[in-house]
Order: sequence, then C-alpha cells, then structure tokens
Amino acid sequence: MKALRFVLPLVLFVVLVGFLWVGLSRDPHEVPSPLVDRPAPAFMLARLDDPTKKLGPANLKGQVWLLNVWASWCVSCRVEHPLLVQLARANIVPVIGLNYKDTTELGRAWLADNGDPYKLSVVDADGRVGIDWGVYGVPETFVIDKNGVIRYKQIGPITAESLQQKILPLVRELQKS
Amino acid sequence: MIHRVHFTQLAGVLLLTIACSHAQAESAFDARLKNLEDELRCLVCQNQTLADSNAGLAGDLRREVRELAQQGKSDAEIKDYLVARYGDFVLYKPPVKPTTWLLWFGPFAFLLGGAVVWLAVLRRRGATSGEANPPAPVPAAPSTHEARARALLDEPSET
Repeated sequence: MKALRFVLPLVLFVVLVGFLWVGLSRDPHEVPSPLVDRPAPAFMLARLDDPTKKLGPANLKGQVWLLNVWASWCVSCRVEHPLLVQLARANIVPVIGLNYKDTTELGRAWLADNGDPYKLSVVDADGRVGIDWGVYGVPETFVIDKNGVIRYKQIGPITAESLQQKILPLVRELQKS
Repeated sequence: MIHRVHFTQLAGVLLLTIACSHAQAESAFDARLKNLEDELRCLVCQNQTLADSNAGLAGDLRREVRELAQQGKSDAEIKDYLVARYGDFVLYKPPVKPTTWLLWFGPFAFLLGGAVVWLAVLRRRGATSGEANPPAPVPAAPSTHEARARALLDEPSET
C-alpha cells in the first residue's frame, strides 16, 4: 500500500510523458485522409495540353497511377519537382498532374520552365475536384491502384525518403497484384 | 380617384412586405450559414473556423457550403459532405465514437477516479482518528507548560 503511493504517480507521469511524446512528435498539419482505401472520386476534366480533350480516373482503370496536385503559384511544388522529373525518366509509374486553381497559361509556362514529368495534366481551375479529393495543402500526391482505389496520400512535397520508402514500394506491390 | 390611390398604396405596401420578407429570409439563411461555418475548421490555418479564415481553401469551402445549403441540404448533410472529404478534423465538435471515447469521457473518468481517491483518503483518516489516536489528553495547566518551556529555554546549549 505504501509502495503504491509512490509507484502510482510515477506510472501516471510516465503515461503522461508517453502521450505528450507521441502527440508532440506528430505534425498537426498532416490530417489523415478519410479517402485512403476508398474509391478515387470521379472527375472528367479538360487536359492542360489540349482543353478539347478530357481525362478522368475512369480512363486509368487497370493500372497503378499517381495523382500529383500542383500549381504554378505553389512554392513547395518546386521542391518536389526534380524528384517527379526523375521518377518520370525512370518510367515506373504514370503520374497525372492536377493543375489546381491555376490558369492554363501559367500552368503551361511553369511546365515549360521546370520540365514536364506528367503523363498528362488536367485543369481544376476552381478547385472543386480538389475539394472532392480532400486537398488542402498543395502539393499532394495520391497513389491509386488498379481498381481505382486510393491507397496512399502524401501531404506536402514528396521527399527522396518518402518516395523510396513509401511510394515506390507500394507502387511495386500494387503493380504485382 | 380614391380607389386608384388605395390601389397604389396597397401595391406599395405589398411590395415593401415582399421585399422585407425576402431580406429576412436572406439574413436568416446567412445566419444559418454563419452558424454552420463557425462549427467547421479551416484545414489550412487549423485554429480558425471556416467563417473566420481568409485562406483560399476556406473561401472555396464557404462557397461549397453555401451552394449545398441553397440546394436544400441540411446542416448534417453538409457536415457529412465535408467529413467524407477531410475527416472528423473539420468538425470543431468531434462526434462520439469508439476512437473519441477517451476524449469525451476521459475527463469524467478522471473526476470519478479523483472522487474515489478522495473518499478513500477521507475514510482512512476517519478510521485512524477513531482508533489509533486516543482522545486528546486534557491539557495540563498553563502554568506547568510555561515553567517547562522556561526551563528548556534557559538550558545552556550543548554546543
């Protein structure tokens, strides 16, 4: 009984430290998306290169693909862009760009300046498709499997680490299945 | 002539009434939207409500909320729409479900725990004061107390 008097506060303290440790090491800006493991929201948007043609997730069924949300006004997009260009060169997985709340001219100019890693980009000028996909911090990247289900969402720029440790292993696994 | 005046007056009153009721409906609608937006979190600046935030996304979401409301969707349906896209995090008031039980009921559990400890301590104190401590001894006469204190004070210190 005496021992409990000293052990109990210690236990409570350790539990509290544990909670704080986990809580404080998390990035509050990364809100887990309810869309992971759900079918990708449908859309049919005009292509950036040719607005008369449209593209949507329905056209990409049967293959694993990435959706990368980008914009010419987005500073962090410049950070991840070289990695996307490399990924495109490696030709592992098609990346579709969602040009989010941008103008066609600026979007095209940006791709001309920085290189175009996208198989195709589509235009989401008013950000409605972005809302459907739960986009809140550009850039964001989604991994979509052969059945059109979102399997992973990266919030913020892709890093070499996240690409090698998360995205590419997942893509390879999904391509096998 | 009199009839005509009456008619224009009547028409004027009618028009005014319609205009007023329209404005009233408009402001009631706006008030409803404001209430709803106050309960929703902006995901960009996370400590602001959708109503308060100036972020671009907050503007888009306000537009979306307004359009859904105009389509006759209920508040619950609008919230569901946003939760389906952004998760429970958009709600300032999280729903009660197994993952949030600790959040909702934790404080009450702590309160209960505190009450249990408090009662236990009280009970033990009551028990010990009843048995171990005999009734307080009758104080000795003040004069003997004083004499003893004086003797102790006058004692030469040993160091």
